[in-house]
Amino acid sequence: MIRRRVVRDRSGGFKLRIPAEERDILRSVGPGLRELLVDRATAIKPGEDEAVDRLFPVAYPDDDERQAEFRLLAHDQLLESHLGALAVLEETTDADHLDEDQLLAWMRALNHIRLVIGVNLGVTEEREEWPESLDDPRAPGFVVYQYLTYLQGEIIEVLASA
Amino acid sequence: MTTSPVEVKEPDIDEVVTPDRPWIVLVWNDPINLMSYVTFVFQKLFGYSLEKATKLMLDVHEKGRAVVSSGPREKAELDVFRLHEHGLWATMEHES
Repeated sequence: MIRRRVVRDRSGGFKLRIPAEERDILRSVGPGLRELLVDRATAIKPGEDEAVDRLFPVAYPDDDERQAEFRLLAHDQLLESHLGALAVLEETTDADHLDEDQLLAWMRALNHIRLVIGVNLGVTEEREEWPESLDDPRAPGFVVYQYLTYLQGEIIEVLASA
Repeated sequence: MTTSPVEVKEPDIDEVVTPDRPWIVLVWNDPINLMSYVTFVFQKLFGYSLEKATKLMLDVHEKGRAVVSSGPREKAELDVFRLHEHGLWATMEHES
């Protein structure tokens, strides 16, 4: 039986039972998202980088003028929000206990990381297109992606359970 | 609701004269966001029941998109922003 990684505790928070090697995975994926957010997100225009587009979607696809206004108002705030969630994940990677806000930040940061990795791997809904062998050059990335998917699924499940 | 018995002539450029025409917020399908995540985000952001959030998520998944909220432009923009904070692919447009 698989031991659950995230469980509610009696204080209203959550206990993290994540093995050390999995915490190493979490530590390894933060810098990629940080690099995208800090170095690329503002410099790159919509349509130039698929991963940036997924984290900073266009709100008005058919109205360039309104989109420019929206971006002016929202972009920096959205960047701050994404960085804030990532900072919580990085600061609490080794924690044994999280409160609900921290776990919600983990959920968002893990999702952002999955979006970036998933776009880079060309993830589709067709599972038959996924690598079948460890010799596939995409295999290591998929292992990390699958682990993050699994952990995020557990986090959602525990958050959704009242 | 019924239609007005008096024929009211609508101007052609209604976008200019009716700035309060409601906006709708759309969420589009993507292959990465988990179904359980999308459902949870709809519940959390909009206070929808599990049933309603699940139906909207399935619409996104099966039809490619769903209208998840509507209202004045400022509210729609805030909803889009909050969805973007959660990594969902949200756009907005005038209700047709």
